[in-house]
Amino acid sequence: MTDRTVPEAATAAPVAVHRERGVLARLLRRPLALLGLAIILLTVLGAVFAPHLVAHSPDEQLFEGLTIEGAPLPPGGQFLLGTDLLGRDLLARILYGARTSLIIGILANGVSLTIGTLVGVLAGFFRGFFGNVLMRFTDLMMAFPALLLAICLAAVFQPSLWIVALVIALVNWVQVARVIYTETSSLTAREFIEAERSIGAGSGRILFRHILPHLYSSIIVYGTLGISTTVLLEATLSYLGVGVQPPTPSWGNIIFENQTYFQAAPWLVFLPGAAILALALAFNLVGDALRDVLDPTQRGRL
Amino acid sequence: MLTRDEPARDPAREPVLTIEGLTIVVGGEAGPRPVVSDLSFTLGRGETLCIAGESGSGKSMTALAIMGLLPKPGAGIAAGSIRLGETELTTLGEGGLRRVRGDRIAMIFQEPMTSLNPVLTIGRQLTEAIRAHQPVGLAEARRQAVAALEAVRISEAERRLGQYPHELSGGMRQRVMIAMALALKPDVLIADEPTTALDVTVQAQILQLLRDLQAELGTAIILITHDMGVVAEVADRVVILRHGRQVEEGAVGPIFAVPREGYTRELLAAVPRIGEGAGRVASRMAAATRPLVEVNDLTVGFDLKGGLLGRVQRRVHAVEGISFDLRAGETLSLVGESGCGKSTTAKALAGLVPYAGDIVLDGRNVGGLPRAQTKAVRRDIQMIFQDPFASLDPRMTVGELVAEPMAIHRTATAVERRERVAALFERVGLSPGEAGRYPHEFSGGQRQRICIARALALRPKLIVADESVSALDVSVQARVLELLRELQAEFGIAYLFISHDMAVVENISDRVAVMYLGQIVETGTRDQIFADPRHPYTRRLIEAVPVPDPARRRDAFPRQAGEIPSPVRPIGQPPERLTLGEVQPGHWVAGH
Repeated sequence: MTDRTVPEAATAAPVAVHRERGVLARLLRRPLALLGLAIILLTVLGAVFAPHLVAHSPDEQLFEGLTIEGAPLPPGGQFLLGTDLLGRDLLARILYGARTSLIIGILANGVSLTIGTLVGVLAGFFRGFFGNVLMRFTDLMMAFPALLLAICLAAVFQPSLWIVALVIALVNWVQVARVIYTETSSLTAREFIEAERSIGAGSGRILFRHILPHLYSSIIVYGTLGISTTVLLEATLSYLGVGVQPPTPSWGNIIFENQTYFQAAPWLVFLPGAAILALALAFNLVGDALRDVLDPTQRGRL
Repeated sequence: MLTRDEPARDPAREPVLTIEGLTIVVGGEAGPRPVVSDLSFTLGRGETLCIAGESGSGKSMTALAIMGLLPKPGAGIAAGSIRLGETELTTLGEGGLRRVRGDRIAMIFQEPMTSLNPVLTIGRQLTEAIRAHQPVGLAEARRQAVAALEAVRISEAERRLGQYPHELSGGMRQRVMIAMALALKPDVLIADEPTTALDVTVQAQILQLLRDLQAELGTAIILITHDMGVVAEVADRVVILRHGRQVEEGAVGPIFAVPREGYTRELLAAVPRIGEGAGRVASRMAAATRPLVEVNDLTVGFDLKGGLLGRVQRRVHAVEGISFDLRAGETLSLVGESGCGKSTTAKALAGLVPYAGDIVLDGRNVGGLPRAQTKAVRRDIQMIFQDPFASLDPRMTVGELVAEPMAIHRTATAVERRERVAALFERVGLSPGEAGRYPHEFSGGQRQRICIARALALRPKLIVADESVSALDVSVQARVLELLRELQAEFGIAYLFISHDMAVVENISDRVAVMYLGQIVETGTRDQIFADPRHPYTRRLIEAVPVPDPARRRDAFPRQAGEIPSPVRPIGQPPERLTLGEVQPGHWVAGH
């Protein structure tokens, strides 16, 4: 924080760089955030280098992957995390599945966050007829059963990873828009926004420099919560047959493929479930820390 | 430091509340920090004790400690005792405290708007408070509630029971709070800044009411306030606090007449008094030049929609055809009570609300200009808001905030801006090294200085100051007013100063315009208005200001019969326009 005592005045670019570096440094000083970052990094590395980490391909049905009775192998031994009902290596499936889940979790969630924020901010800031139309549309989307909508969309397009991501994004932005709308409209009524108008600031400046920064915390919280929601929604869609198509693994469809054998082979449900939980938790930890770090009023209250 | 040699003057007055060596600590990053240390005082039956001090002096914490309502976790009583009669309150459990609260000690808060439950009727809230402490039936509780409302001089008490808090004005709500507090005839009433949020005329009535009720019921009152005028008006004895320490304690007369401690003297000296401004030389006025700002027939109204189809049914006539002008280097004050349209006038000038009529700045009509030119004109009018805590974006550094107007209007390069920010910081009395900090790291007075620096950044010709010193402590207020005066002398800026505080207005203005219900009822030079007020409303405003001198206490303030009429009118029924007549050169009064 010693670096903040120098007057930075108004030069926008250097200030931004300055602040960015500060944010990362401050983030790394929080043990929980560090743990979250480590889990995320591990997952990403695992997904990227999956072919080099495991000997088998995820959809290879191995003869030695089943017992003589045809039951899956428990964790340990030749297969670190055991095998599934078809004798496929579970570790390979989880690592390759991380690719799908990360893409869904980050891409779909990112798109839904962007749409939601855009709709919410515009409706909350401009109000009037335009705002009303946007919000009534949001209400309509909210009233529509999300799963049904997802199934419809998935039926129209050929299900593929990208289509699934798009479908999830189109379903999930509604809640974000609602929250952001409420916050934006209360922010717009605050006195400092009026003060900005009184010095002649235009709508664009007020929106981007004075309203958006206040929404970071909500966006981050929703973004991190949304990751687990989207990963699970993808799992649900896979289960209904409109998600990522087998044999491509995703954490969600591993669980749903194997859930009926939960009693006999609990690891098949438990391990991918633990992976989803750990990733969601990691994003939540980082998100929480990021929210505090970005809020200057929290400075110095580590 | 501690001066306490004034025993209860009247031996018949046994103390109802005794506080000894009270120390309150608040947990912080660096361990517990005392906010009140070693405070001792007694309160006699039927006595009014004022605890006075500036923000952060620990006066509200003391009140909360007596009520057992210190915020948990975080704050706690570290040492000392609070005795109510024979009961020691500090060791009493939550259950015991609950029986004491309301029944033997009652409290009224600053903001009557938020301390009443908005979704329950007045009657329900009153009867519940009564029945929580007395085993009485609903009918009896209702009878007592009506009696309580009548005691605080609320008209049509029966009907009020069925009303909700939002249907009452601020003054009425505070009366309801007092009625609720006094319904159970407590021994001690703690009033935490009970009139700070109210208009002066309403404040005068509430203070009068407290005095009357005390005479009838013999309740001991602890009144917490930052306003030395209020202290002089109602107190028997005063405790002056600073940074949680007792600076001085004693009977109100001697403290005001011969304050012993330096801090008390400073505090009293900082209080703006009506009559002080009269001797001061008016700021240089170039009488020959044409006015800098001419406002003609300014009208601002808001439509209220209602009914199923959302049609416009009623209209708020916030500002109704006012005209005034203002020369460079001159200060014109707009005074009036809440709802009179003074802030709306300020907003119209700053371009924040649509208006009808003409605002002419430097010969150019601000209204009919194309967008680009409007922006240029806007540069010449800057505004300072009331609440320095709310009017600065908490996510930007103060340096960025001060530089922002220059960035918006592109009046300087980045390097020039940086230099100018440093110069402005220095000019308003802040260190340029602090530009990288965020608003929450500054005190209220410093933040208002930042707002002033921001307003100055574009070298405006007119600064509209909307209640800009109302939220500040008196000593800070005095320094900020001094700064504004210096800046005016230096740059020849014209101020449109908007305030409800007559004493401050008298201090800073060259000319004054009194507003009532959206119209100007009287306007003239400061001396004309204060020495020779003609309109009855102006007179009432001036009389209502508490005089910071216990020797000149007003015995009876004429009570206002009803509520201030509402500026909301049905469509097609505009209010009658007042015509001003000139009674002296430059002194115009409505109805003459």
